[in-house]
Amino acid sequence: MKTIGKYIMTIATLTILVSCGNSNDGDKSGALTSSKAEKVYVAPGEHDEYYGFMSGGYSGNVTVYGLPSGRMLKEIPVFSQFPTSGYGYSEETKAMLNTSFGFVPWGDAHHPDISQTEGELDGRWIFINENNTPRIARISLETFETEEIIELPNSAGNHASSFVTENTEYIVAGTRFAVPNPQRDMPINEMKGKFKGPLSFVSIADNGRMNLEFQLNMPGFNYDLAHPGRNKSHGWFFFTSYNTEEANTLMEVNASQNDKDYIAAVNWKKIVDYVKNGGGKKVSGTYAHNVYDEKTHSATSTMKEGVISINPKDVEGAVYYIPIPKSPHGCDVDPSGEYIIGSGKLSTDLSVYSFEKMLTAIENKDFVDDAYGIPVLSYENTIAGVVKQPGLGPLHTEFDGKGNAYTTFFISSEVVKWKLGTWEVLDRLPTFYSVGHLMIPGGNSRKPFGKYMVALNKITKDRYLPTGPELEHSAQLYDISGDKMELLSDFPTHGEPHYAAGIRADLIKDKSKKYYDLEENEHPYAAKSESESKVTRDGNEVHINMTMIRSHFSPDNIEGVKVGDKVFFHMTNLEQDFDVPHGFSVIGANTSEILVMPGQTKTIVWEPKREGVWPFYCTDFCSALHQEMQGYVRVSGKNSNTPIKYSLDE
Amino acid sequence: MKTLTKTIILLVVSICFIGCNNSAKSSDSGTTSSDEGRASQKSGQAFIKDEGGTPNALQLAISSEDHTTLVAAVQAAEVENALVNVGPLTVFAPNNAAFAKIDEATLNSLLEPENKSKLAFILTHHVAPANYPIETLKKNATKGRKLYMASGKYLEVTEKDGSMYVDGIKILGTVNVSNGWVHVTESVILPRD
Repeated sequence: MKTIGKYIMTIATLTILVSCGNSNDGDKSGALTSSKAEKVYVAPGEHDEYYGFMSGGYSGNVTVYGLPSGRMLKEIPVFSQFPTSGYGYSEETKAMLNTSFGFVPWGDAHHPDISQTEGELDGRWIFINENNTPRIARISLETFETEEIIELPNSAGNHASSFVTENTEYIVAGTRFAVPNPQRDMPINEMKGKFKGPLSFVSIADNGRMNLEFQLNMPGFNYDLAHPGRNKSHGWFFFTSYNTEEANTLMEVNASQNDKDYIAAVNWKKIVDYVKNGGGKKVSGTYAHNVYDEKTHSATSTMKEGVISINPKDVEGAVYYIPIPKSPHGCDVDPSGEYIIGSGKLSTDLSVYSFEKMLTAIENKDFVDDAYGIPVLSYENTIAGVVKQPGLGPLHTEFDGKGNAYTTFFISSEVVKWKLGTWEVLDRLPTFYSVGHLMIPGGNSRKPFGKYMVALNKITKDRYLPTGPELEHSAQLYDISGDKMELLSDFPTHGEPHYAAGIRADLIKDKSKKYYDLEENEHPYAAKSESESKVTRDGNEVHINMTMIRSHFSPDNIEGVKVGDKVFFHMTNLEQDFDVPHGFSVIGANTSEILVMPGQTKTIVWEPKREGVWPFYCTDFCSALHQEMQGYVRVSGKNSNTPIKYSLDE
Repeated sequence: MKTLTKTIILLVVSICFIGCNNSAKSSDSGTTSSDEGRASQKSGQAFIKDEGGTPNALQLAISSEDHTTLVAAVQAAEVENALVNVGPLTVFAPNNAAFAKIDEATLNSLLEPENKSKLAFILTHHVAPANYPIETLKKNATKGRKLYMASGKYLEVTEKDGSMYVDGIKILGTVNVSNGWVHVTESVILPRD
């Protein structure tokens, strides 16, 4: 009987293993002890605990996810035209994409960062940088719309950005590709000592408005990533740099020759005081500053000229270099502000620097060298500790607020958990595959939430059903609340989510805007009621102030438009209810649709090329009679005498 | 021995069930059903907490002292969700005095659970899936356009001495709501056949 009993137990155990198959590549033992599916399951109608804001990378936008479910909630257009809503196509939003190079329809978004108060996430705005045409954008976390974009002159490759200081005083923008400053025609191979790497400091006003305050005109290395000091190191900013070789070709070899590159430690408060007292020199630099107004529902673009440039040698005690092994990438500061973690991406060790030691070394003038007049501190006298052989290709580190750090390793495709202070490796788990950034909600603030960690991977391969050669990137969600990390789920992300930011949902969701107040609409062509709707001709321009409400347009019959006219459809959504947008499109328009939120006015231009009667319609399934929400425009010949006439249900 | 084996298997199977239970976390609110696939009487758009903004047709009726009977009827017929839908809707809302014109026995019998579908039919006869402000109703009267109601039947609109009537029942007042229009009527509009 004993034998039979054992036999039954064996079969039963096997059954459990088979039927409870929630195991996955990362952790085969956890399946029996807890249900991972339950941890990420958010029942229909329930809300996620966290918002995750993923950079869209080369999509130019930001995608919003719910965590832990991994459900995508929204794509926020930022640096790229977005036909879904008409962003960058509508007359009101084209100005958002204006630059000193003219209209640029696309951008390369990188590092989102949420505004902070006293070092904690406050959920007012999220900022994100653009790498190709250097810019920083500010997105409102009430409307989830891009409200402002500022361009950065004299810079190239805005990668070390858009990290905010702990009271959202400043955002920085580095120069990843050293360039002549000012730009000029010169031989490329004479770059050494002539190119520059300006670091821009942009201030944030109480209402969120950004202003380019000054540029620190650093030597022409490549400034890659940055983080502000926090807590005790508040007032400082730390930037990694590579290519201290100042090579200009076959960089993968020539920029990897020096044994050490530098972390630039910048006392920005000192420089702010210096500028306030009249320091610095105004230099040329043209840049666009684009602001979206929630009342007029329109953006304006102002071209600005000139920026205050600071020579780092001129501000005593403000700028130092710290040596760091092998082409560093990530530069992260722990919640206490004491430790600065530099990830030499070709190094086998992680270097952790001490803020206190750095101050002492500065006080003792413990310099080993100088680089273009900037003092270089000694590695030995600033290092706090080294995490030995943690993995291959360290990139980025975030924190859980419980004394632990989590670092990604690109080459060995893993996240490694280690202890601040003892530098011992506590745990490691594979990611799938080749992880770049990782994100712990609040993980770069004084107070990380420390429950989940998301790994943002560059390579997808076989993670999901194949979709041809092009695959969305993959993300993995880990539970980091216990001693060991636990891989919970795997979901695709849109574009390339270089970095992400996360915040507890309750800090944002209750103030999320539901619709725009029609009474506050100050758009010059708004029709706030059907009686205000009208059609007016001004030369060959025809302005149609049209209203939208379930389920008709007013007017919906228009005559008197001629071939060669420029017709402006100014569409006002009269609804005053949550989640009742209307869309608009017209046959032959050489632009996208527009999606108009309740209380909002948006405009598209239509230049009719052929005579006839042409329909327009609502593109958003708004109501039971959505299919009836349509109208006609009669287009007459160029020289016809058809008078302007418009009506609804005449 | 057979019994023992059965017991063990049963035990193991139940453990397996418990261990594998990925079901939804129990709902905090207690009153809402977690089974949204089959909307129970307390789930759906009607029960979204939505502070601020223009009220919808149901919220308006609930906040009106003159429409307590209508609200009771809507709740008895469980047609709340139909009144909060994106619509657009035009609701003819008999006030308490209008309901009082119906004899009490008939009214009470309509509120009985077994007459739920009959009550629902009468109520849907007060709702048009359309956007009819008073100006449009006037045009309907002039142009002889009937109103198609959610009951599947039609109402006739007429104008007399500056007042609007549906099937001969006078409209006393009009309120714009977030999902359409509410016209208060002096009588309940009973389907003609």
